[in-house]
Amino acid sequence: MQLARKQSLFKTILEYFVTVDHKKIGLLYLFSGLFFLVCGTVLALLMRIQLAVPENDFLSGQTYNEVMTMHGTTMIFFAATPLIFGLMNYIVPLQIGARDVAFPFINALGFWFFLFGGIFLYSSFLFGEVPDAGWTAYASLAVVSKGHGVDFYLLALQLSGAGTIMSGINFLVTIVNMRAPGMSYMRLPLFTWTSFITSALIIFAFPAFTIGLILLLFSRLFGAQYFNVAIGGNTVIYEHLFWIFGHPEVYILVLPIFGVFSEIFSTFSKKRLFGYNSMVFAVILIGFLGFMVWAHHMFTVGLGPFANAIFAIATMAIAVPTGIKIFNWLLTLWGGSIRLTTPMLYGLGFIPSFIIGGVTGVMTASAAADYQFHDSYFVVAHFHYVIVGGIVFGILGGLHYWWPKMFGYMLNETLGKISFAVLFVGFHTTFFVLHFVGLMGMPRRYFTYLKDQDFGDLNYISTIGSYILVLGLVLIVFNYIYSTVIREKAVNDPWNGRTLEWSIPSPPPMYNFKQVPQVNSLDAFWYEKMKGNSNMSSPDELSDIHMPSNSSLPFFMALGFFIASYGLMFLDKGSNNIAFITLVIGGIIAFGSMVLRSTIEDKGYYITKKQLSEEDPK
Amino acid sequence: MKKIKYFIFTVFLFLVGCGNEARSTLNPQGEVGKLQLQLMKISTWIMVFVIVVVLVLFIIILLKFIEKKDNKDFIPEQVEGNRKLEIIWTIVPILLILILAIPTVYYTFKLAVTDTEVVNKSKYLVNVNARLFWWEFEYVNEEFITSQELVIPVGKKVYFQLKGHDVKHSFWIPSLGGKQDTNVERTNRMYLIADKPGVYNGYCAEFCGASHALMQFTVKALPLDEYEQWVKNMKTKEKVSTNLNGEEIFNSKCSGCHSTDPLDPRPLKARIAPNLGNFADRPLVTGILKNSNQNIKEWLNDPEKYKPGNKMTNTYGELTEEETNKLIEYLNSLTR
Repeated sequence: MQLARKQSLFKTILEYFVTVDHKKIGLLYLFSGLFFLVCGTVLALLMRIQLAVPENDFLSGQTYNEVMTMHGTTMIFFAATPLIFGLMNYIVPLQIGARDVAFPFINALGFWFFLFGGIFLYSSFLFGEVPDAGWTAYASLAVVSKGHGVDFYLLALQLSGAGTIMSGINFLVTIVNMRAPGMSYMRLPLFTWTSFITSALIIFAFPAFTIGLILLLFSRLFGAQYFNVAIGGNTVIYEHLFWIFGHPEVYILVLPIFGVFSEIFSTFSKKRLFGYNSMVFAVILIGFLGFMVWAHHMFTVGLGPFANAIFAIATMAIAVPTGIKIFNWLLTLWGGSIRLTTPMLYGLGFIPSFIIGGVTGVMTASAAADYQFHDSYFVVAHFHYVIVGGIVFGILGGLHYWWPKMFGYMLNETLGKISFAVLFVGFHTTFFVLHFVGLMGMPRRYFTYLKDQDFGDLNYISTIGSYILVLGLVLIVFNYIYSTVIREKAVNDPWNGRTLEWSIPSPPPMYNFKQVPQVNSLDAFWYEKMKGNSNMSSPDELSDIHMPSNSSLPFFMALGFFIASYGLMFLDKGSNNIAFITLVIGGIIAFGSMVLRSTIEDKGYYITKKQLSEEDPK
Repeated sequence: MKKIKYFIFTVFLFLVGCGNEARSTLNPQGEVGKLQLQLMKISTWIMVFVIVVVLVLFIIILLKFIEKKDNKDFIPEQVEGNRKLEIIWTIVPILLILILAIPTVYYTFKLAVTDTEVVNKSKYLVNVNARLFWWEFEYVNEEFITSQELVIPVGKKVYFQLKGHDVKHSFWIPSLGGKQDTNVERTNRMYLIADKPGVYNGYCAEFCGASHALMQFTVKALPLDEYEQWVKNMKTKEKVSTNLNGEEIFNSKCSGCHSTDPLDPRPLKARIAPNLGNFADRPLVTGILKNSNQNIKEWLNDPEKYKPGNKMTNTYGELTEEETNKLIEYLNSLTR
């Protein structure tokens, strides 16, 4: 461990390519997620500049569509998802008292698949053929879209989707199998609970999407006729497949955020979570109902009044468990001793913002009224309230909360509070007015609006707001850099935390827990602290720790599929064989790595008792 | 916080009052839009109630429970939960949702057009054919066609049969009522009613490509007698060819796709461009530009500039200045 700090920069970087440690992979997810968040934000700004004034020609219709498609795809699949996976990867094993996830190798594989998917998507800019069919890529439009743009979208999402499913399985098994002694299901911290449900949702939701993507991919690359209406094809089936995935995806992203805020509210009001049992129940119920409501994205497709009414009511039903959560949070705060730290500000900002996003959700669930809301700017406002006011606030608050645990130093509080305030003001200025733009009749995904239609003023306000919003994000990134330079050392338990991760050093050693902790209660660490113990006790003696060994194979497997994807896509460029050769080379790398993985026996290694006791002289 | 709320409230009132009657869902001009606004209002008021309850609790919490400087070591009571409260905030939302669900289901069925018999027998029936990036309106009973401008009678239930013929679009006239998609595989049906004469904006509301934002149309609601006169003119009135030279150019360059006859006998598949039968009467060129000689000229010179991705660009060769002027003259004579 001591040695690790002295190694060269090159070696440190190299280590991240071969690591199977859940903490390092967590950081990889977080930083690549932040990178894509910046990309997506730049794209958003381009759109807001275009829409600031009527009949603007800053972006052409085609370019706007490309920017819009990339913004949506990036933010959902390559910013929100990895940022949440980063938190889950880093924190969940620590919260359940585990030394790593169940399948460290698959964990690394999942990350590299995601990252190569993202790189693949963005390489479309280099080829000048950018996806332009929206992040939904509805079949009738996606099939006829010219060039290879939509192929980039399809293959990138296949790659990253494979990674996501792997991670989903991994977390599910981890939480089932790797819990410390005494950590029963009803003692799991809420962030772990929500990650658990999210993983289950991933496993059920992503396959539907994968099928939709494959149908599209075959239609585009190999001339399959699934969507050719003239010979009996059906494009509405793609919409179903997409939304059977697409709606649970919203919960896949937002449930872990509910978990993050549950931890934050509980910690910073010094109270246990109010109604823990009903909170868990509500999460399960939301996850379950999340699969029953997809057609509310399709009220105007013409599924008939029966389907519309049923899906309307099912959708409204989700408001009940969500309401339970909101009130439980409020009652957690009630009677507490609220510390206004930066993570808590995100939490307090989340409640009113998310409530607005939630109630507009119920409004759009009202099918007959949704005929007016659907595909208008009202919907744009609605889901940005949920995604920015919920998910982004949660990720940023969670990062600030767990940053000292991850890096061993604090983020600057003053800067944190200022940046939150700017972000909050910018966010509401940008998106609140968009509700009304929609109600006044402006459809979404419009690259411009006409001069004599009165959408100009509110769009202008929204654009100003987006600048403030971006300023907030810039301040937050600046805080990350500034605090890294200043390095104000963090203690193990800087926030007076309640869960297991705060009982170990900051940053945690590679094996997390020297001895596996004994859990005696919900909020295990808080329980011990209240009893006057400063550390968790353990049922076991100090013994050798078995660790998985690093491997470069996940990187190469993903790399192989990444290279093969280019080959697959350009197969249509008939006469030259380069595409075919690329496909073969990629295949060899990918399947060769798999063969190596199957044949090389890897039993991992041990950190001996002696090393453990030497390292930490008492 | 309070100031913001006042501001929001004022803005809200302002907007509700001022929605433009040509295109705002907040200022509907027909029964369907009015019913939908009613439902929107019901849901808004229920939701405002929820927001107020949460915000009141929230503000009390912020006022009462922030940590005091002299009280840093205070450990609050670790409350597990409260069954009574939890039951209340499960039951009350269920009741609120029921209040919303009942009108939702009622209106959803009321607005749905399920009986094709009724549609087929209705006196006012328009087939809406959506294409990249223009609209064709086929008056089924009267058997004529127009494009880009939909004309309907005031106070009558007008049924629409919607279909997309390349990719999926969506047919939306915000101030008359909600939208329905024009699917490519199946016909959707809906109806709208305009309460008073006027001109309304129509939009494509399903993302369909480069000029999605420009796939607009106008809706003109006419009093019944004027409407009937209009129908009669569309069906019977001969086109006045004062401009033989322009007609010649039109026939050689344009008539392969465009028809100037509202009674165009070609089948749907062959009608690949807007019908120009009453072009001179329409307020807009290509659904977005004011109908003036200057705009027609610029459109003819470079359609790609005004509607990127359209199917007209590069299909008619170069037009000389003189040809263009002749053509415009001819187009201006297309009145009914």
